[in-house]
Formats: sequence, C-alpha cells, structure tokens
Amino acid sequence: MGSQGGFGQSKEFLDLVKSIGEARSKAEEDRIVLHEIETLKRRIAEPDIPKRKMKEYIIRLVYVEMLGHDASFGYIHAVKMTHDDSLSLKRTGYLAVTLFLNEDHDLIILIVNTIQKDLKSDNYLVVCAALNAVCRLINEETIPAVLPQVVELLGHAKEAVRKKAVMALHRFYQRSPSSVSHLVSHFRKRLCDNDPGVMGATLCPLSDLITIDSSSYKDLVISFVSILKQVAERRLPKSYDYHQMPAPFIQIKLLKILALLGSGDKQASEQMYTVVGDIMRKCDSTSNIGNAVLYECICCVSSILPNPKLLEAAADAISKFLKSDSHNLKYMGIDALGRLIKISPDIAEQHQLAVIDCLEDPDDTLKRKTFELLYKMTKPSNVEVIVDRMIDYMVNINDNHYKTEIASRCVELAEQFAPSNQWFIQTMNKVFEHAGDLVNIKVAHNLMRLIAEGFGEDDDTADSQLRSSAVESYLRIIGEPKLPSAFLQVICWVLGEYGTADGKYSASYITGKLCDVAESHSSDDTVKAYAVAALMKIYAFEIAAGRKVDLLPECQSLIEELSASHSTDLQQRAYELQAVISLDARAVESIMPLDASCEDIEIDKSLSFLNSFVQQSLEKGAQPYIPENERSGVLDVASLRSQDHHEASTHSLRFEAYELPKPVIPSRAPPVSVSHSTELVPVPEPSYPREVRQTASVSPFSETGPSELKLRLDGVQKKWGKPTYSSPAPSTSSSSSQRTVNGVTHSDSTGNPNSKTRNTSHDSKRSQVEISPEKQKLAASLFGGSSKPEKRPSSTGHKVPKTSTNSGAKSHMEKGVVSASEISIEKTTPLQPPPDLLDLGEPSITNIAPFVDPFKQLEGLLDPSQDASAVDHGAISSSKSSDFMSLYADMPTSGENSTVANPLSSNLESFGSAHGGSTVVYPTQTSKGPNLRDALEKDALVRQMGVTPSTQNPNLFRDLLG
Amino acid sequence: MGIRFILMVNKQGQTRLAQYYEYLTLEERRALEGEIVRKCLARNEQQCSFVEHRNYKIVYRRYASLFFLVGVDNEENELAILEFIHLLVETMDRHFGNVCELDIMFHLEKAHFMLEEMVMNGCIIETSKANILAPIQLMDKAS
Repeated sequence: MGSQGGFGQSKEFLDLVKSIGEARSKAEEDRIVLHEIETLKRRIAEPDIPKRKMKEYIIRLVYVEMLGHDASFGYIHAVKMTHDDSLSLKRTGYLAVTLFLNEDHDLIILIVNTIQKDLKSDNYLVVCAALNAVCRLINEETIPAVLPQVVELLGHAKEAVRKKAVMALHRFYQRSPSSVSHLVSHFRKRLCDNDPGVMGATLCPLSDLITIDSSSYKDLVISFVSILKQVAERRLPKSYDYHQMPAPFIQIKLLKILALLGSGDKQASEQMYTVVGDIMRKCDSTSNIGNAVLYECICCVSSILPNPKLLEAAADAISKFLKSDSHNLKYMGIDALGRLIKISPDIAEQHQLAVIDCLEDPDDTLKRKTFELLYKMTKPSNVEVIVDRMIDYMVNINDNHYKTEIASRCVELAEQFAPSNQWFIQTMNKVFEHAGDLVNIKVAHNLMRLIAEGFGEDDDTADSQLRSSAVESYLRIIGEPKLPSAFLQVICWVLGEYGTADGKYSASYITGKLCDVAESHSSDDTVKAYAVAALMKIYAFEIAAGRKVDLLPECQSLIEELSASHSTDLQQRAYELQAVISLDARAVESIMPLDASCEDIEIDKSLSFLNSFVQQSLEKGAQPYIPENERSGVLDVASLRSQDHHEASTHSLRFEAYELPKPVIPSRAPPVSVSHSTELVPVPEPSYPREVRQTASVSPFSETGPSELKLRLDGVQKKWGKPTYSSPAPSTSSSSSQRTVNGVTHSDSTGNPNSKTRNTSHDSKRSQVEISPEKQKLAASLFGGSSKPEKRPSSTGHKVPKTSTNSGAKSHMEKGVVSASEISIEKTTPLQPPPDLLDLGEPSITNIAPFVDPFKQLEGLLDPSQDASAVDHGAISSSKSSDFMSLYADMPTSGENSTVANPLSSNLESFGSAHGGSTVVYPTQTSKGPNLRDALEKDALVRQMGVTPSTQNPNLFRDLLG
Repeated sequence: MGIRFILMVNKQGQTRLAQYYEYLTLEERRALEGEIVRKCLARNEQQCSFVEHRNYKIVYRRYASLFFLVGVDNEENELAILEFIHLLVETMDRHFGNVCELDIMFHLEKAHFMLEEMVMNGCIIETSKANILAPIQLMDKAS
C-alpha cells in the first residue's frame, strides 16, 4: 500500500473507515457518524492522550464534518495541535483548522501567534505549513500581524516557500487590495524567479491585477511572451510536462493573461501573434490537454486585435471541435464559436448543422451552451426562431436560476430585435406567463411604457392597433390560474388605460374582469391596487364621455372591502374611487384625461398662479415674504430645518449624521424634478394635491425610481417599425466600418481559405440531403441560408451598438487587420526578446541545477523506502509500469477518459465477488491481471491489518486508474 | 478565483473528500453536495463532463467508483480542469501506487496535503508531480 509501508493507524480508525466505506445508505452513514461523535466527545477530553492518538482523533473529526455533522466540540483540539513540534502533527492540525474554521471564527486569534512563530521556523516545511494556513485563516484585520514576515519570505532560499509566500500575498490582495497595494512590485519581481514553480504561481496574482487594470502592465507583455515561448519550446524541467505537453497549465494561464493585455491594444497584440500561432500549430489535437491549450489560444485570438492567419487557424480548430464525437469538445467548440463570431460573423454558417445538432441534443449542458451562442448571433432576421426556441425550452425547465437567466435574455432580444409589435407583445406575454415572478419588475414597467408610448413613429393607428391587440390578448389570458403578480399588474394597467378605448368592450365587461382579478388575488395587495386604479380610470372615462355609470355589485363590494383594508394605500384608493365617481363630467375629465399616461405633467415650482393674490395682499399692506435662509439670526437653523423637511417627505428615518449646512441645498431639488417630468414618475412635492392625485392614478406604484423606469427606448425605436426608418439609423456608421473589416478579411485571406469555405459549405449542403427538412428549415431560419451572404455584414451592424466596448474595439480593428497582414509577413524579426532574467532556459545548467538539487537529495533519501515498497508489492510494482504505459497509451484516444468506467455503471454490484469480471468490462485493455492481483494484494494487506472487507463493497479496492 | 471547491464522491453519493476555497456553512455544503451529486450521477457517459449549477460550473470525471467534481467559475477552461483532475489522480497514483477509494479514505490528510500543494486561493499553482509529492515524502520520512 504505497510508499508509507502499511497503515500507521489504529484498529479503531480502520474499523471506522471500513464501516463508513461499507455503509449502504445515508441513514446508515449518519448512524455511524453520530455514534462516532459520542465516542469522540468522551475520548478527546481524556487527559494525557498520546500525540499520535490525538492526530487520529482530529482526522476522525474531519470525517465527522465532511459527512455533514457538527464537530465544533473538537475545534479547540485541532487548534492545540497546531502548536505541536512534530511537523506531521502540526500540519494535520493546520489542515483541520482550515477545514473547520472560516477566517472570522473566534478561535483564529489563538492561531495567529502560532503562525507568526512558525513563519520564522528554520524548517522550511513548517514555514510552508504556516503559509498554507495564512492563506486560509488570515482576515483583513490580522493581515498586518503577518505581513512583514510574509514579505520577508518572498526572498527565502527554498522555492517552495517563495511560491507560497507569493500566494499568501495574493490572498491578502484578494481580501483587502489596499493592504498590499504598495507591494505589487514584488509580484513583478517574482515573475522573474529562477524557479518555474514560483513563476507559475506568480501568474495568479498578476492575472488578477491585470484583469482590473491592464494598462499598468503593458510593459510585461514582452516578458509574458518570452516566457510562453520558452515554455512552448520545452525549456522548463521535464517534470512539468503533462501528457507530452510542456507545462500546459502554465501555458493556459499565460494565454489568459495575454488575452487581457492584447485586448484593444495593437502594439501588444502584434507582439503575441507569432508565439500564439506557434502554439496553435504545435498543439496535439488528439489529447484533451492539447485541446485545452488550443481552446485557450482561440479565446486569446478572439480577444486580441484580429490577425487573419490566427483567425483562420482558430476557425480550423473550431471546426475540428464541432466535428468531434466527444460532447466535451463540441461544448468547447460552441463556446469558442461564440467568441470568434464577434470578429468573423461568417464562421457560424459553415457549422450550422453542427450547431443545430447541439441545440437538439438531449444533453442539457450542450443545449444551454448552444442557446448562449444563439443569443450572441441573434439579429432581426432570426430573432423570432431563436426566441421561440428559448421560450419553448424555458417553459419546460424547473431550474429557477437558469429560467431567470433565459427569460431575461428573451426579453432583451425581444426588446432589441422585435420584428413587429404584435410579436413583441405575444413574446412578452409568454415570458411573463411562465417566468413572470423571476424577471425583474423593471421589465413589466418597460412593457407598460412601450404600450403607452407606442413605437415612436407618429402613426397613431398602429399604436392603437397595438393597444387593442394587447387588450385582447390580456382578456384571453386573464382567466388563467396562477398568473405571476408582475404580469397581472401589467394586465390591470393596460386594461385600465385602454380596455374601453376602441369601443369593442363595454365598461361593465372590463370592470367585471378587473374585479375578478382583485378577488382571485386577494392576498396580493399590489395587484389589488393596480386593479382598483384601473377601475377608477375606466369609470372616469365613462363619466367624462357622458355615459351613466352603474357600479357592478361585485365592484361595489370590492370597494367596501378595500375601504376597510389594513393597507392604507388600498383604503385611500378605494375612497378616491368613490369620490371620483360622484364628480361631474367636467371635473372628472380634468382629473383623469383620456389616454394621458404619456402627457408631461408640468409643475409650477414658482407658484406663479398665486402671483396676483400675493400682489393684492401686498397692496393691502401685508408684509412681504422673506425666504427662510435670508432671515437674520436663524440662518443655520433654518437651512437645517428645510433640509429636515425635505428628508421628512421621503417618509423614512434617517440614521446617518446630517451633512454640514450649505446654503445651496434648496437648489438641489429643482434639477431633479425637472428630469422627473416624464409621466410615470412620482412627484416629490406633496403640496400640489391635483398633480399628486393624477400621478397616483397613472402609476399606482411609484416606489421604483424614475431612472429605473426608463426603458432604453432610443435604441428600440430605431430598430422597430418600418425597415425604411431603421436602416439609416445611426448604427449604420458602425456597420459600414464592420463591412469594410469583413472586406479586408476576405481579401486578405485570398483564394485559398475562400475556396475552403465554399468547399465546406458544399459539404454541408451535400449532407443536408440526408438531413431532415425540419432541420434544414431551422438552419435556414437561424443562419439565413448561404445564398445571400452579402446581407450579413449589415445585420451584424445592428449588434454593434449593443456592446459599446465592442464597437470601440472594432474601429481599431480595421487598422489591426490591415497592418496585421503586413506584420505577418515581416513578423520573423521583431520578436527576438532581449536576453533578460526571464530567460529560464538559456542558462539551463546553472538555473536548473539548484532547482533540481534539493529533490535529488530527497530522492536519495526516499529511494530506500521506495525500494521497500517495491518489495512489499512484489509482482505489482513491476506490472505497475505497464499499467502506466497503458494509461498513457489510453489517454490520447479517450476524449473523456471516463468512458473507461462506462460499462461499470450498470452492473457494478454483480461483479461483486469476482474482480476478474472486469476482464469482460475492459475488452481493449491488456493488463488485466495486475489490477486483479493488486486488488487482492490490497485485500490481503487490509485483512492483515485487522480490517475484514466484506465482499459487499469491492469498489473501495478498485484502482481509480484501472 | 477559478476553483471554488473540489469534491470526491463515490457513486452512492457519499463524500470522500471535500475542500472548499470559499467559506460555506455546514448546511450550505451539505445542500450543495446533495444537489450537485444528484445532478452529476444522473448523467451518462456520452454527455458533457460539465454541468452548470447555480452560478458554478461543475467539471467532473469518474474513476471506477469515485467521482471527482470540481466547481469553477465562469472564466475557467473546462477541458483544462478536466485534465487537472486527471493530474490529481495520477499524482495520488504515484504516491499510493494503484490508488483506490480506500487509500484516500485511510489517508485523507495526505490527499488534502497534495491538494494544498496543487491549489491555493482557488488557483492551480503547482503541476509538477515531483514538487507536489516532495514535502509529503519528506514528512513521511521524518515521522
């Protein structure tokens, strides 16, 4: 059993592990753990427990917590164990403490002292253990207690210590950036560390720093490029290789950093083209890790300024991913496609069938990824298909987290690309019906506003048609059970404003429906408030039109009920409704004008209508008014009070201290209210009863702030309506630049790639013959068919204004593309990096020697034990090597190595007694014997140790890498 | 932040190792593990090794009876995490020799020590097996 030569544990521990391992159900496991808790509570408090025994108890505590039970009774013993002198006990203590406690736990204070001491230890392994703990246990307040020591350790002789010190500093940065802001230069310094491990670790904090502010690290581009180049050229120690790839995890981290630094930066991007291209060429696309690096290259290529050659290589890699049988690679391919599509929109088309296959795959993960891609490539021509698909999917899932996300995407796409108003209303209805409680309430407000304002073109008939169709669709839906509250609010508001507007429905019909809504949602005050406000509007319009109003009996009883409601808001609405009904037509018309929800409410702040009255009074000898802040002696108090008054009107307590009095304070209000003067906005001044009531009737709920209510109507209006209007919209300027970009890409990648695309599209066409007509149709509606490629550039132009950063980058892009073609020709020269500290490989003898040395010694130390273990296992160890060979031989072909375990899933139990059964399971594998023999060997060893494994659970002994 | 948690769970859904890189309470951990394991165990071998769960992406891989699940955030390269899992298993295999579920159970603290060398602050910091195992071997030697 491994190099430690048998178990150092007691029979008791082995029994515990065995019984947990063989537990057949969660309930059985819980019983075992509860019993264990009782035992531990008794034992752990005993005096004079031997240290080894204590270590075991601590690990048993870890088990208790891992299996979901509280082990807090033993925390203190874990804390005590960190004080121990023995490294193994100390490290176990630290481990347990980091697993048990969060950084704000009370016991942490007892450990800080120990950590401080251990950071100064002569034994570098103790220092490492302490640094591990620092990363988990030190919070913002305790950073200063260890910071000086950690900084000192950055220069420690042992690379393992330097590496962990860098990460401790990284942790401090994550916790409180300001605490280490003066130490950032240390990260730069450690990037040039002799040891590749330290360098690799330093990439983590640097990546964080660059994510936040890339401009301060542009000078490092050359260094990163040079490191990446050396890594790719295998100048790092062999031990970093993984499946024949040189240090792939470091490569991936570097590519991520380069993507950040090259984004929107021509000069930086140009510096990386060569090395990224080299890596893409070298990647072994038959292994998972090779594809992982390749994928990261694609991400990098699509983030930095475009280079035609790299884009072509990326497109090739993507098509390989998509054509693969492995779902994992397809997933990566779809993701990569979504990234590249922003730069070269044409690329999606050649993969249309692959994309549709992924969309229709039963695998949810793949499906969602594909929806993400579709979301990115939505344009006016395919929005209907895409959003319909999304809604169909949304209706059928239970996962609220994802439902919310996809619903808000539907709303966003519908608002942005809706081809017609009818479609928009219908789509929103579906979204509200199925996910109304999940979408942001803002969406409901936006919808009301859109219906109220129409769509910008001064076409009143279209607007009223839209409203009629909305009313009609709502009347159809309104009876359905379990409609979400937000949707009902919209329905009530629209019915109130426009229910009787086209004369199709009578007031009594609409009011009856509204009463039904209020009645069937009696627990939802918001809906009831909307319903009452709508009732008031309907009756007011009737009165204004000179018709006689007959209150329905259910309406009468509703009003009575609400007049006695616990909610003062509902009460007030009920009384207001009664008051309005009793007024005459002229008065009602001025209180509630028809279809006035979009009228601006002008507020006469200076109260000019009182001027004549004031004048009269002055003439009669009244004292002129002196503004409060101009009155002598009370200046401070007065301005304070006026502020006070202002605050009071918001009806909330205020807990923070008052600001220092400033004479300018009163002027703060007016500008705000000017911008408020759109209709859906609460009027802050309570001194104008008429206006207040009117706003109340228009927007019964004014709790959302004015700015929140604002829909991005400007964008929408341009998109919508007749195409003649939408095409000359401002967005065309950027779309034309886009077109030229595409033009350049095409002309750059002359003949060869072009014919290639044609070929592939031919291929796909040929294969389309065997493909069901439905799929073809879907493909055509999603991708617009290959027959009219000239349409695409202009339609992508529509997407440009959506992501403003993108459009910014795109203007750079023209230059980038043009110059990139020149560069790729002369590229060979400029990237010869100056020899510097970073050159890890060049002085390979001197540099690598110190790095390997300690481990050589170590290996020397360890050799005997390894021999011993080899003897222990006898036959096994010799076969072990062949095991590994088979494993490595396996790797490249198995897209997911997990397929090896595949057949096991169904009938593992039946194999129970005989491991030999696995021969059947692994028909391809040659080294069956050792696995079985090895398992038996272990079995025997465990029996020797006193644990008798029942044949019930042979899984425990199965080689993970079998 | 990258890696948020690493779990080893057997096919009965019993946790064999759990390491979280952000603090969750015992109840939160229990609930999360239950949900994730249910989701992942229900999937077949043809499906992606990636699952979205709440705001995590789970990358998982199965070895015999044991599932390795790594929760990452959105920026992470899924394939690389998949290979990171394999690197972890290979490293344990080198140390224990034909590692099996029981090895991890009997030497839970060592499995944790290996992870401590490989991942800090949710970042992969060491991928050289020699470097990962060196401190553990030295410690074995000393004790």
